[in-house]
Amino acid sequence: MKPFTYERANSVEAAAKAAASVQGARFIAGGTNLLDLMKLQIETPTHLIDVNRLGLDRIEKTEEGGLRIGALVRNTDLAADTTVRRDYGVLSRALVAGASGQLRNKATTAGNLLQRTRCPYFYDIRMPCNKRKPGSGCGALKGMSRSLAILGVSDACIAQHPSDMAVAMRLLDAQVETMGADGTKRAIPIADFHLLPGETPHKETVLNAGEIITSVTLPKPVAGTHVYRKVRDRASYAFALVSVAAIFGKDGTARFAFGGIGAKPWRTAEADAAASEGAKAVAQAALAGARTTEHNDFKRPLVERTLASLYRQQEARA
Amino acid sequence: MKFDTPAGPNPIDKGRVIGIAHDRIDGPAKVTGTAAYAYERHDAAPNAAYGWIVGSAIAKGRIAAMDLTAAEASPGVLGIVTHANAGKLSKGNMNTAHLLGGPQIEHYEQALALVVADTFENARAAAALVRIDYAPEDGKFDLAAERLNGVIPPQGFGGPADTKAGDFDGAFAKAAVKVEQTYTTPDQSHAMMEPHASIAAWNGDKLTLWTSNQMIAWSVGDMAKTLGIPKENIRFVSPYIGGGFGSKLFLRADALLAALGARQVGRPVKVAIARPQIPNNTTHRPATIQRIRIGADKDGVIDAIAHEVWSGDLPGGGAETAAQQTRLLYRGENRMTAHRLVTLNLPEGNAMRAPGEAVGLLALEVAMDELAEACGVDPVELRIRNDVQFDPEAGPQRPFSSRKLVECLRAGADRFGWQRRNPKPGQVRDGRWLVGMGMASAFRNNLTEKSGARIGVDGSGKVIVETDMTDIGTGSYTIIAQTAAEMLGVDLDQVTVRLGDSRFPVSAGSGGQWGANSSTAGVYAAAMALRAKLAEKAGYAAEQAQFEDGLVRMGNQSQTLASLAGAQGLWAEDSMEYGDLDKKYAQATFGAHFCEVGVDMDTAEVRVRRMGGAFASGRILNPKSARSQVIGAMTMGVGAALMEALDVDTRFGFFVNHDMAEYQVPVHADIPHQDVLFVDELDDKSSPMKAKGVGELGICGAGAAVANAIYNATGIRLRDYPLTIDKLLKAQAA
Ligand SMILES: Cc1cc2nc3c(=O)[nH]c(=O)nc-3n(C[C@H](O)[C@H](O)[C@H](O)COP(=O)(O)OP(=O)(O)OC[C@H]3O[C@@H](n4cnc5c(N)ncnc54)[C@H](O)[C@@H]3O)c2cc1C
Ligand code: SF4
Repeated sequence: MKPFTYERANSVEAAAKAAASVQGARFIAGGTNLLDLMKLQIETPTHLIDVNRLGLDRIEKTEEGGLRIGALVRNTDLAADTTVRRDYGVLSRALVAGASGQLRNKATTAGNLLQRTRCPYFYDIRMPCNKRKPGSGCGALKGMSRSLAILGVSDACIAQHPSDMAVAMRLLDAQVETMGADGTKRAIPIADFHLLPGETPHKETVLNAGEIITSVTLPKPVAGTHVYRKVRDRASYAFALVSVAAIFGKDGTARFAFGGIGAKPWRTAEADAAASEGAKAVAQAALAGARTTEHNDFKRPLVERTLASLYRQQEARA
Repeated sequence: MKFDTPAGPNPIDKGRVIGIAHDRIDGPAKVTGTAAYAYERHDAAPNAAYGWIVGSAIAKGRIAAMDLTAAEASPGVLGIVTHANAGKLSKGNMNTAHLLGGPQIEHYEQALALVVADTFENARAAAALVRIDYAPEDGKFDLAAERLNGVIPPQGFGGPADTKAGDFDGAFAKAAVKVEQTYTTPDQSHAMMEPHASIAAWNGDKLTLWTSNQMIAWSVGDMAKTLGIPKENIRFVSPYIGGGFGSKLFLRADALLAALGARQVGRPVKVAIARPQIPNNTTHRPATIQRIRIGADKDGVIDAIAHEVWSGDLPGGGAETAAQQTRLLYRGENRMTAHRLVTLNLPEGNAMRAPGEAVGLLALEVAMDELAEACGVDPVELRIRNDVQFDPEAGPQRPFSSRKLVECLRAGADRFGWQRRNPKPGQVRDGRWLVGMGMASAFRNNLTEKSGARIGVDGSGKVIVETDMTDIGTGSYTIIAQTAAEMLGVDLDQVTVRLGDSRFPVSAGSGGQWGANSSTAGVYAAAMALRAKLAEKAGYAAEQAQFEDGLVRMGNQSQTLASLAGAQGLWAEDSMEYGDLDKKYAQATFGAHFCEVGVDMDTAEVRVRRMGGAFASGRILNPKSARSQVIGAMTMGVGAALMEALDVDTRFGFFVNHDMAEYQVPVHADIPHQDVLFVDELDDKSSPMKAKGVGELGICGAGAAVANAIYNATGIRLRDYPLTIDKLLKAQAA
């Protein structure tokens, strides 16, 4: 770990301003991702701005009948919230499918959205990695890529976005609310929040320097059966090989979002439109443009099969 | 004391303390955090500086240039050890690669420098500033590609590389039913909880090392050899070890570099090998390719059996002896086994829990399942039909010392409800789960090693045992205390056990599942000597003296241990050595594993639903700690079957998934229910304890039972471990 300075911000505005004014500053929330990366010198911030005590830890109803989730709400608290459990079951289920109890107690809404990839070459600083060191090449593309993405990837990077929570939020059409260094607020649809790697895999979101996430809002609840299915190599405490978040409506409609396969939480209108045609059609629509390696091509059939499993359960329920 | 004839009745047979389930006597210290592990010995070595290892970024080649300027100028740095300033170093007998590399580089993450600083963070930050220019060379990293270059490996613990009896080729050609398949197992990491860690302190030319090491005497010897100093000048202290599974059998970089760092900076230095460094810096279980051929009659009775194994290691390394069990497990007059070793420039391969059998049975016991199906014989029955009560390579003149495989198979099958299994694959469904049952035999050699101890009684009648034996979480403290209590007729809480200090008599150490039986036999020997001294002091004939209730009795006379020991206390030291009973008799431990899995009919996720096993390992010294060993090993077997694999990047020559997020081992949710039965057995040819090893038996065959259950659930036969979703999906599509 490189030496760094630390401050505890006492207002959102001050935090954003401080972050923009110090070169190499970073916010720290639960620290469950950032600190690990700092220990390995994958992240080397010069200054940490602690955002834990800014009062961003509340969950409240919005005027539109939705929910505003503070950026610092812990994953555990969010998963256990009664409104979330009743009206946004897919989010609660996605959260508890992630990490471990201890980690979820620390992990926050904003930190989870911004967690970085689990590509093993990203994690070994002696290896080439365009995301960690732009221009150094991609170690994974012709290396071990079993866990990596097949959608939204580029020649520069095939890293997966590892979050479970973000997949459910993508399904729910969440908006990420932020405040910029100059005090301006904006609301970014989650679909636009994460960037695809393209030529610049080190740029992961549309956030500007100093811009702080204040909350994530969910629109009105979507009726139907909320499910989150995460397929992984062991029963718990592992990142998704493939995950599917879905809401099945009573009328045969459904919507889907996918984890473990995309450079960002993945959702397409075409997949939703194919809902009435069943798992195969949905998978085909969702996987349009997929690009696989010899190690991760199993994710194609696995997407279809995970969907098939959800359809089967849905039929059993009906 | 020499053990060269079968044991007769002896004080251990009383079974007052031995054979009773006891909590681990070191348990309270461990769960309350008062058991100080190596890296935490601030009490013994105050003011220790921190060392951080700089590992090689290439697998093979040379250091072209090394620039320490920036690192040396970094805050808090006290010194940097490299090959250039470490002085002349040799290599330990047990090490394949040098623990401090340079200028030659032998593998990825080989230690090239140790940065010593006043704080951990300063050491780590400065380590990142060490600049190394490399001159890389091409290496070999692909076992499958190198297979044909295999040579006969040197002989290790597993006996000769090749064995044969009868005429395998002829008999196999004529066999009515044949199985011929190739299986592969990947490189695996020990993934023990506590990383390798040491604190070193010099006092003049005397070195003390607080460390985490399974084999004290081996490692003291290798430290002496590496540094070129007398063994007498070195003291190792390793009372608590947070797991090892074989990765701490040897002197490793933490120990050597702590010693070198402490010598350079003139103050104690502590070094831990960081978790992401462990898989590439230390040892691992090597990958194997295994070819098995079995020829049987139509009833499944084996006439010909062959097992050939290929594995790789660095130059000068050894083979994974995965054909070991095939020499002894089943009948058949015509047989051969062979091991071939190829040179790979991956990190050093070496022992991991049940080296040989753990992966050998992953292949053999699936081949047996394939034979059972080919013959239409129940897998349990097949194994019973092929039982053999003597070493089938040597013939009836070399019987087993004890062998209760058939009893284990029958008892295990009963308890598990094996008869409910549908032999036709893919027939049983429970909701979304395809359900299957599988089984496998368990087999692990029984090794006995010379082991010494010193035992004393103090003026208050309390008993103290000292030996350099280690407790790697296995329960050594407890069974040694039980042995002493049994031998001297005192209660368990009257015994203090001190372990893991090189000032104590040399023991067998913890490895190869020989530790429990051998180390307690050493305590037995010392206790016999002490009993003789006590009896003599009491004026009783040693053979007639009875030791019970803290008294030495003869007839209706008695004296207390306390009074006989006197204020000075009374001590005795001895060791147990072994004659040739292991030559006259084949010695091994046996068992049977049963497993039920569910395989998701859509996603091919495999979940173990329950496991059961029956095991015969001679006298079970402490059923509670023995059960812990077995269920832990069964869990590791599940890991081997379903998820554990170090992924080799054959371009860069390293294990890619080198942390605990990416190298997956089972978590609690993977292991719902395990049942363990110990079948009664005493083995009088193994040791006076009449015990055998048990710490590794549980992993042997467990993974094959999982694999066979997957086949029974799905009809898919996978032969390349681990049996992951991607492979199941591919096989299903094919
Ligand atoms: C062993 C392990 C297993 C895991 N398994 C899973 C899993 O299965 N599924 C899963 O989804 N996740 C998993 N995770 C990841 C975990 O969910 C994330 O580490 C966690 O959500 C990050 O949240 P945090 O608050 O700790 O973020 P931090 O580490 O504090 O921050 C992460 C990033 O977010 C930035 N940031 C934080 N707050 C703000 C803000 N308000 N505005 C702007 N930027 C901000 C920080 O600057 C930093 O760049 C796992 C993590 C570990 C260590
Ligand atoms: S896939 Fe992306 S993160 Fe992984 S090595 Fe390539 S560039 Fe780096």
